[in-house]
Amino acid sequence: MTFEQITKKLKSRIVGIAGCGGLGSNCAIALARVGIGTLVIADFDIVSPGNLNRQYYFLDQVGMKKTLALRENILRTNSHVNVIGHDIKLDRKNIPVIFAGCDVIVEAFDHAEQKQMIIETILDSMPRVPLVVGLGMAGWGMNESIHCRKAGNLYICGDEISEIGPDLPPMAPRVGIVANMQANVVMEILLGSEVAKW
Amino acid sequence: MKIRLNNNTEEFDGDGLSVNDLLRLKNFTFKMLVIKINGTLIKKSEYETTRIREGDEVHVLHLISGG
Repeated sequence: MTFEQITKKLKSRIVGIAGCGGLGSNCAIALARVGIGTLVIADFDIVSPGNLNRQYYFLDQVGMKKTLALRENILRTNSHVNVIGHDIKLDRKNIPVIFAGCDVIVEAFDHAEQKQMIIETILDSMPRVPLVVGLGMAGWGMNESIHCRKAGNLYICGDEISEIGPDLPPMAPRVGIVANMQANVVMEILLGSEVAKW
Repeated sequence: MKIRLNNNTEEFDGDGLSVNDLLRLKNFTFKMLVIKINGTLIKKSEYETTRIREGDEVHVLHLISGG
């Protein structure tokens, strides 16, 4: 497929992104660049200076709502994307409403409890919608530990080991790798793959 | 019995282990887990009563913070 054919196919697709931090912001920009038609983004947070070491925001956006700042950055990258922002804390009740109609959902939360919540919610109430989660990307190095696996409609990207902590912060390279891996899985779900089969 | 655990074939003594037995045998001690058996989500309250049978497809996810 040529780039034009790919973009044409992706234009009618809707991808939900749950969380606009390190995974969500970087994944959203990658998906905007390939031409996903609609991105539904949700987060309740604001951009803080500490986010800039890995998240797709800029110094002059500190203090802005993440959904507004990310919308701005998506549109500066590709003005054809339809961005639907929800400035809200996602929970078991609102997830099925906010992401209704999405072809794929990307899990981009920070805390393990939140990751569990969205996985359970989607497996329970929207089991047919593929969910792409990011699990384990703290620290640096060890590219070879980062992988992708599939469990039915659930796709897991990450090393599944490295948990963030005071001595093991999330760093731009590994967060970016996993975020882009999630975007790559989204493309594979939407277009199929001529390179590798799951 | 043989099962598929996280896309690998694994063999265990006897048939009908509970989910808790499996977690103990594999030393999966994480507090935050998502477990699917043959595509069905198993809730924490069902770990003791749910039995794993020969040929089952089991996925265990350890939920860790970061993103």
